[in-house]
Amino acid sequence: MSRQRVSFWWFVGTLVFALLLMLVPLPHVLEPFKPYWPALVLLYWALESGDQRITLGLAFVLGVCADLLNGVLLGEQALRLCVLAFIALRFRSRLRFFPMWQQTLAILALLLNDRFLLLIVRAFAGEATPSALWWASPFVSALLWPFLFLLLDDLRMRLRIQ
Amino acid sequence: MPLAREESSPLFAGTAAGTLRLIFYLTMAMVLMVLDHRNGWLWRLRYTTAIVVEPVYRLASLPADGMHALGVAFADRRMLTEQNQRLREDLLLANAKLNRMAAVAQQNQRLKELLDTQHSLELHVQLARVIGVDLGAYRYRMMINLGSRDGVKVGQPVIDAHGVMGQVVDVLPTSASVMLVTDPDHAIPVMVERTGLRTVAYGSRNGEQLTLPTVPMAADVRVGDKLLTSGLGGRFPQGFPVGEIRSVNPAPTGMFLEAHALPSADLDRSDEVLLLHDLAEPAGPPPPPTPAGPPADQAPAPASSAAIPRVPLPAIPSSSAKPGATQTGVPQT
Repeated sequence: MSRQRVSFWWFVGTLVFALLLMLVPLPHVLEPFKPYWPALVLLYWALESGDQRITLGLAFVLGVCADLLNGVLLGEQALRLCVLAFIALRFRSRLRFFPMWQQTLAILALLLNDRFLLLIVRAFAGEATPSALWWASPFVSALLWPFLFLLLDDLRMRLRIQ
Repeated sequence: MPLAREESSPLFAGTAAGTLRLIFYLTMAMVLMVLDHRNGWLWRLRYTTAIVVEPVYRLASLPADGMHALGVAFADRRMLTEQNQRLREDLLLANAKLNRMAAVAQQNQRLKELLDTQHSLELHVQLARVIGVDLGAYRYRMMINLGSRDGVKVGQPVIDAHGVMGQVVDVLPTSASVMLVTDPDHAIPVMVERTGLRTVAYGSRNGEQLTLPTVPMAADVRVGDKLLTSGLGGRFPQGFPVGEIRSVNPAPTGMFLEAHALPSADLDRSDEVLLLHDLAEPAGPPPPPTPAGPPADQAPAPASSAAIPRVPLPAIPSSSAKPGATQTGVPQT
């Protein structure tokens, strides 16, 4: 009972922490390289516990929260996170057993797809196309993925939660 | 005997229910986006949930504040002394300039009274701190720590020690979001200081510069010219530095010159900014004087009705790109 509760709060805590990390500003030079934290944490949980925890509805709610905190359009990140969660859940059984470098490549592809989606949404909203450096963020996120995955996994093991 | 695969996560084929659910959520997200784009729900929702949103912003700005505090704490004595010395010199210089200006200002005031105009050189300002929060998307906005409880309204100009930074576009109870002059959706009426040429400076796509796409071909504009606010449009008061011209080239259309300018305000580095309170004139140019000609019964009828329609130059974010942001209560003339 108590263990379940701890694991639930750990799950919620990581998501909230990801939202906070998204808001924390970086120095101006590093700004375009900032990883998309909510997507990374969402992907981790989607691969780790599958649709017991991550459902499309949850991705949608997380996206709306993220939009509320930092966003241009309400529903933009909800759309992106829904698509991410859907693809991750659909290919979960394969992604989970990939070696780490393949998994990283898959994550990179997912995040690039996410950027394309964002670009399309922006184009429809009538905003200017971003500079070339804007595409650096998925690569940084993918580089960080192995470390994030191992860190979260390790913490999960230590706290003995599922 | 083959192993029974679990049905919940099939290896290859997905379930139709999952796809349907995806379509449902995507449709919902799109409906939300369209509604938000049309009506600007995001900021209304942010305003109503401000009790949650604002503490989160404050929490997220803690690391940046911490870094700032650390920088101050670990700065060595020599550096601080140097800084102090420099600030003192600056103050001395500024004071000397002010003293000389005081006489000129008084003279100016008297002359203006003679001319019967209402421009005032006094400033009513409010000091605000920048909250270090990444507002996402492109970084052409910032949050400040004053909101509607402090009397902040949409449309107030924001300046720093060096020039115009932008204007308030959205207000929460104790914080507000400022659109910087370099935002692609922003336009500000400016005047070249040397020649008095009036034009409009837009933000640019890369967010570092200002673009002046409609300078007449024959205009005298050079690299190094200073840009001031022209006061037209009634949003920004007259005479604040905006930027400095860095390049002048023929525009791609061939009909205008296109100039690029560097904003004079420290858009990246400002910690503290000033909110201007006296909005220049509420609605653009002063009303035209009542026609004082011959009595109405003697004047020819059509001539008197051909008054020039006043079109106030909008210094607001261009409404075609962001209708939601501007409709939330910008006092349109």
